[in-house]
Amino acid sequence: MYIVGERINGMYTDIKNAIINKDKEAVHKHALAQIKAGASALDINVGPATADKEDAMVWLVETVREVTDITLAVDTAKYEAMKAGLEAAGGSLILNSTKGEDAAMDMWLPLAKEHDASVIILNIDEKGVPSNVEDRLEISMRGLAKAMEYDIDIDKVIIDPIALPVNVAQAQPRVVLEAISQIRMLSDPSPHIIIGLSNICQRCSNPGLISRTFLTMCIGYGMDMAIADAYDEEQNEALITAELLMNKNIYCDSFIEAYCQD
Amino acid sequence: MSLPDVTEKWTNNILQVTLGTEPNQVTIGGHTSLPFLHFEGETPNKTYVAMEIIDVEPADWESVMTEQFGDAIKNPADWAKKCVDDFGAEMICLSLYGIHPDFGDLSAEHAVDVAKSVSDAVDVPLIIWGCGDNDKDNTVLPAIAEALKGKNVLLGSAAEDNYKTLVAACQMGGHNMITESPLDINIAKQVNILVSDSGFPLDRVVMYPTTGALGYGLEYAYSIMERGRLAALGGDKMMSCPVICRVGTEVTRVKEAKASIEEQPTWGPVDKREPMWEAMTASALLMAGADIMILRNPKAVEIIKNMVADLMKK
Repeated sequence: MYIVGERINGMYTDIKNAIINKDKEAVHKHALAQIKAGASALDINVGPATADKEDAMVWLVETVREVTDITLAVDTAKYEAMKAGLEAAGGSLILNSTKGEDAAMDMWLPLAKEHDASVIILNIDEKGVPSNVEDRLEISMRGLAKAMEYDIDIDKVIIDPIALPVNVAQAQPRVVLEAISQIRMLSDPSPHIIIGLSNICQRCSNPGLISRTFLTMCIGYGMDMAIADAYDEEQNEALITAELLMNKNIYCDSFIEAYCQD
Repeated sequence: MSLPDVTEKWTNNILQVTLGTEPNQVTIGGHTSLPFLHFEGETPNKTYVAMEIIDVEPADWESVMTEQFGDAIKNPADWAKKCVDDFGAEMICLSLYGIHPDFGDLSAEHAVDVAKSVSDAVDVPLIIWGCGDNDKDNTVLPAIAEALKGKNVLLGSAAEDNYKTLVAACQMGGHNMITESPLDINIAKQVNILVSDSGFPLDRVVMYPTTGALGYGLEYAYSIMERGRLAALGGDKMMSCPVICRVGTEVTRVKEAKASIEEQPTWGPVDKREPMWEAMTASALLMAGADIMILRNPKAVEIIKNMVADLMKK
């Protein structure tokens, strides 16, 4: 299971202050700690409050790059900030993200290609977030076609079927699960599928219980990546157990510990 | 129309383990794909053929075996030398039968003397296997580890319920270790975690998943070895160790390899049948991923060495 650690985000006070004061300590700490906790990539987001997003993004990715070569997911809706971030980071990259409408993909996919980055394509188009499986599939298919048009390898395409909070859109989680299993069948090999796990439990009670239960359900339906809290041990144990139940790893009595050695 | 590329892209290698000392130090493992698929990955080290000897003159070995060794069989050091010089053994596996409480109950001193004499007689890598009685092995193997310190031997074996003594002995003596499991892939993984947690490095571990002879569990052994290797190549570090097979030991127990033509007229002459039973078992297991093949019959050794040489051609 590929976890993109979400902690380096300017919406957290320590990261916000680090950006303002150009103080590297908190950034280094969270980069290394998320990797130790098992993250396969780090999401880098300057947060909503930062004024100069381009400069902030460059500083943030360069600071992270001082301590690790791990894959970085550059997370911004601003094109200039994304461009600058990808250029400054170098190495293994994920472009997080583009909407699934043609105009957006025409803008963002060439940037991903230029930097040999994987790209997250959201199931959102001009009409917004779809309410059913079929519309999600249609947006996904358009995404795959666009990726092919820009010569982006299927292994670098990551589809996000968009999870909405269960307390406001309770019918959606089932739709997302069904969409995951059908998106997998759109091509062979299939694209990667990712969820921003925190979205499912935003402003809900028992958020950890909701998000880790949804994570295991998504794994059952074939999701292989998530943007999540890498530090959540209960979540990580649930994830390991879900993969065991999906026959992804050989069982042994110390199966949790064995997973962490990999 | 061009064919699609169906080669696998694995994310993990089999570990490399180094056995013995110069000038005949040997490295096994290191593969980056399934056995011998040179078009898909690297097979940097071949499968090595070891010959098995025991620490006492064998009382119940069939003449089809013993007649090939003559008087050398009376002395383990002579026997080891004959295996290497006359029959091309690339390693020697010394199995300590004589120390078993039910078969002679010989002492640790005896075992150490034999081990040292064999180690002095040949300069190929040495595998030394206990008798299977935990209490006895836990006394004898540490003594051998100490006596052969610096020789980088492969000592066997550590099991789920008995590994701590051997781990300590191999740490102290600087040796490699065999981890054993009873045709159970889940236990195989668990034993490796246990020894790794004890601080023993996995790149000094060789796995013994238990060998089944042709007709007596070969396919179970094959499936487990194959499944383990696929998991290793896919990223499972706990399954990434090279594998050893005890073909000679298992085959010589079965009636198809032992019965004389008088007892079984339709089975053909035993001097051809026995080595073929070993060779058939070994050749199947080569495909599943075996890094050391322990055989008893010199004729089987020749067949398998030739087969490995052919399979290693690119």
